[in-house]
Amino acid sequence: MIQGIPITHFLVVSVIMFFVGIMGFIIRQNLITILLSVELILNAVVLNFLVFNRYLFPHHLQGQFFGLFIIGVAAAEASMAIALIINIYRRMRHIDPDKIREMKY
Amino acid sequence: MDLHSIILLRHELLLTIAAIGVLFADLFVPEDRKKSMITVSLVVFTIVTLVGFIPANGGTLFGGSFQSTRMTDFMKDILNLAVLLIFLQSTGYLSKPENSWKVSEFFVLIMFTLIGMDFMISAGDFVIFYIGLETASIPVAGLAAYDRMKSKSAEAGVKLILLSAMSSGVMLFGLSLIYAATGSIYFSDIALQVKTTPLIVLGFIFFLSGLGFKLSIVPFHLWTADVYEGAPINITAFLSVVSKGAAAFILVIILFSVFKNISQSWEWILYALVIVTITIGNLFALRQDNIKRFLAFSSITQVGFLLLGVMGNNDIGMTSVVYFMLIYVFTNLAAFGVVEAIYNASGVETISGYRGLYKTNPLLSLVMMLALFSLAGIPPLAGFFGKFFLFTSAASQGFYILVVIAALNATISLYYYLKVVKAMFIDPNDEPVEKFRSTWPMRISLFITAIGIIYVGFASNIFEFIVSLAKDLLH
Repeated sequence: MIQGIPITHFLVVSVIMFFVGIMGFIIRQNLITILLSVELILNAVVLNFLVFNRYLFPHHLQGQFFGLFIIGVAAAEASMAIALIINIYRRMRHIDPDKIREMKY
Repeated sequence: MDLHSIILLRHELLLTIAAIGVLFADLFVPEDRKKSMITVSLVVFTIVTLVGFIPANGGTLFGGSFQSTRMTDFMKDILNLAVLLIFLQSTGYLSKPENSWKVSEFFVLIMFTLIGMDFMISAGDFVIFYIGLETASIPVAGLAAYDRMKSKSAEAGVKLILLSAMSSGVMLFGLSLIYAATGSIYFSDIALQVKTTPLIVLGFIFFLSGLGFKLSIVPFHLWTADVYEGAPINITAFLSVVSKGAAAFILVIILFSVFKNISQSWEWILYALVIVTITIGNLFALRQDNIKRFLAFSSITQVGFLLLGVMGNNDIGMTSVVYFMLIYVFTNLAAFGVVEAIYNASGVETISGYRGLYKTNPLLSLVMMLALFSLAGIPPLAGFFGKFFLFTSAASQGFYILVVIAALNATISLYYYLKVVKAMFIDPNDEPVEKFRSTWPMRISLFITAIGIIYVGFASNIFEFIVSLAKDLLH
């Protein structure tokens, strides 16, 4: 419990982060920024877990553990994604998702 | 760690030892003899698969985070068997000169993926479930980009990793809402507290869409065809059989044990998903010429049928899903094996290129025909019995209209499966694929799958065995 800040403030931030991430994932024109949007989604989730843990269930640390694991897995995911984006760049000399359309429909 | 916990963890431990063993053995093999790693990995993995079949009793570990039952062991055995068949089929592809330097990566990555799936199936809380899910999906993206020099393969890899990361983010958001409502991440605690409140239902919808991505249920299926087409055929087979199988198993386990109390909510969600999935899968499969894209949409349709079994929501429902998955392993791997053999020999991967195949390669065409008939659900073959029990399971809960829609769609699917058979057997072609002999591991795997397609449907003791396992798990 943090004095003076109600839980809804945190939740509004995390929901905004989540949907900005989804939006960015859909409209961005660059694979790296799409990856950043995914990170934004994951961070919104981590914030959610921490806030719920701290405000609603402060006697157990399950939410905080979950948050730690998400951060760890997100790092692994980002490294894999960047490796594959580099691979795309080497094949095509660009990372614009609109032009990566060899296969469609 | 006493002996008991080692026995409970035997699938995971054996696979870890095997994967790390192959990884290190690769260091000491000289560059020009990397091909010998194929034999080493095959032998090692065969041992792992066989040891997995030794029966043992279940139990829980790590304060309930890991639960092993005879059912989960059987699911892991199905996945092991499927991976063994894929390994047998991949030898021809891996022996090509351009792949010989990265042979063991293929085996090691698949084995690590399998470890993730095993942990996911045995999960007793959402942390283990999530870590297993990610361990099962991150290496697959690397495998999809295995043909590094082909831009299609690179494209498939990047599409898979970004979309699967996004979908797991969405799923986690749902989990965080469920955590907020119940205050726990353990399956057993959540199951007691789940009620039809808006927060839990919202969290469940997010969760289901994340898992639906892995299963390629229809609104979340858009990656499927692209990734299946771009990835090497063995990886496509892996994605469509093993990844999907693991996701289906965990979906059944979680829905039947954790979200059992809100089944009246998710039954109607699944109702809609089944109709959309089967119909769209069918409609898109009709217009494909690339055989891999064709099989991708056909697998989407098959998942739609599989969800019918999930709607049963009792031990018969769980049995029908596992039984269908066992049949699906044999059926789909037979089809992919033939596609792989033909691609390796001639580079053909279009349906129009298969014209006249029966004249030159009669045995391969027969296996392909068996597989397609089984996918379509023609009676004497196993696929019919799989679908039959799925339909029974949905009908037992009173979803008669849904079963009728599914049966109509099964009839439509017959058209495009037969189109391939017609191309192979009837259509004339001046330049059919030349006669070739596939490698002996490929022949062994096709033989096993053909036996499976014919035998599993008739062997009622297999079905009864799975029923006893499901009763064991759910009661």
